Amino acid sequence: MPQRLDYLKETPSQTAGPYVHIGLAPGAAGFEIYDQELGWDISGPNAKGERIRVEGIVTDGTGSPVKDVLLEAWQANAEGVYAHPGHSGEVEEGFRGWGRVITDFETGEWGFDTVKPGAVMGRNGQMMAPHISLWIVARGINVGLNTRIYFEDEAEANAADPVLNVIEWEHRRATLIAKRELRDGLAVYHFDIRLQGGDETVFFDI
Amino acid sequence: MTKPPQPGEFYQRDRRWHPPALSRDYKTSVTRAPQFPLISLENTASEMTGPVFGRNDIAPADNDLLTNYAQPGESPVGERIIVHGKVLDENARPVPNTLVEIWQANASGRYRHKKDSYRGALDPNFGGCGRTLTDGNGCYRFRTVKPGAYPWRNGVNDWRPAHIHVSVFGTGFAQRLITQLYFEGDPLIARCPIVNTIPDPEAVQMLIARLDMNATIPLDTIAYRFDIVLRGRRSTLFENRLEGN
Repeated sequence: MPQRLDYLKETPSQTAGPYVHIGLAPGAAGFEIYDQELGWDISGPNAKGERIRVEGIVTDGTGSPVKDVLLEAWQANAEGVYAHPGHSGEVEEGFRGWGRVITDFETGEWGFDTVKPGAVMGRNGQMMAPHISLWIVARGINVGLNTRIYFEDEAEANAADPVLNVIEWEHRRATLIAKRELRDGLAVYHFDIRLQGGDETVFFDI
Repeated sequence: MTKPPQPGEFYQRDRRWHPPALSRDYKTSVTRAPQFPLISLENTASEMTGPVFGRNDIAPADNDLLTNYAQPGESPVGERIIVHGKVLDENARPVPNTLVEIWQANASGRYRHKKDSYRGALDPNFGGCGRTLTDGNGCYRFRTVKPGAYPWRNGVNDWRPAHIHVSVFGTGFAQRLITQLYFEGDPLIARCPIVNTIPDPEAVQMLIARLDMNATIPLDTIAYRFDIVLRGRRSTLFENRLEGN
């Protein structure tokens, strides 16, 4: 027998199930228990940059809305800095850059308010276009799905983005581009997630 | 302000160790599983960083499910248990100060959730969720009651083994993990279509908490031990540094 490698194996994933709200958003499950729920305020009051809203629905392989999803968002601030001790730069007081939302039990709609992130330096000195990382869990999803939200009004940066350009099928890149509209003066981005089918959202193995 | 060393890339996730997206015997996965292969990415700052939580985000008593929803002086019904363990990475290093969140059914197998209509009784003294930060050694601890088994609509006679849902963050968004803890000796584990989404029986063993008599409090509370392993990072010494701007 050759020598053993002493790495541990990662704990295997299991579905979040239909009652994920109890643990991660108990108010949505129908009861109050914590003094503060986490993840409802992504950017905090002091964040610079454009205030935006991102919203959409999640649909399954039959085209039906999925009504028991929990999504988590992770993003840089408007300067492209993550609120993490390993990332160079400072963020505004109160900016966490992380949030979680659930889909509506009746309609499957979700949405969150934040600031538009800035471009972030990627690998090999290549700049990444502004984006928000998403992690999606639900009943029937065995391992959380990772994707990214990019922004329609960043066409030039998107065209040069090293991650979008890894996607071989150019028409599939469009599944990651949120559509922009102005609603009462607020920039609202629309980002639907299709779990399965010909037009399914690109998901990443990160 | 001095920043700690920049974080390294994560080891690639072993997708054959995790359940595949599509598991026919777990019927809900059939219409929710992506058909196309995941696009493999090399880690960037967006994956190597992740949210940081502190003591101000939670209350110290949030990890005690025996009291965090109970009326003063009352307790939930059921077997009183401690669930404790360590959060480690694949390099066997402890992961300190990371957020661990749990949720579960009560001793009757009933969830406090407006969508759960199982006839098992709700317990007025049991909410069913808790959260804590690991300490400097990566250790965490909860007090709760042992959850009951319950039926679910997959086949008409499918029953979930007693389980606690566990959510862990780690230090980078690519480590984010949700899993389920099962209890040693439960005959329903081997029959469960959700457990059986995991192809490797050795991987299933990682989800089964062991009775831990040394951590049991005599005449009071039975303990189970459940360690959690998150993805490991490469050493940063000779690697490309994470680039900021």
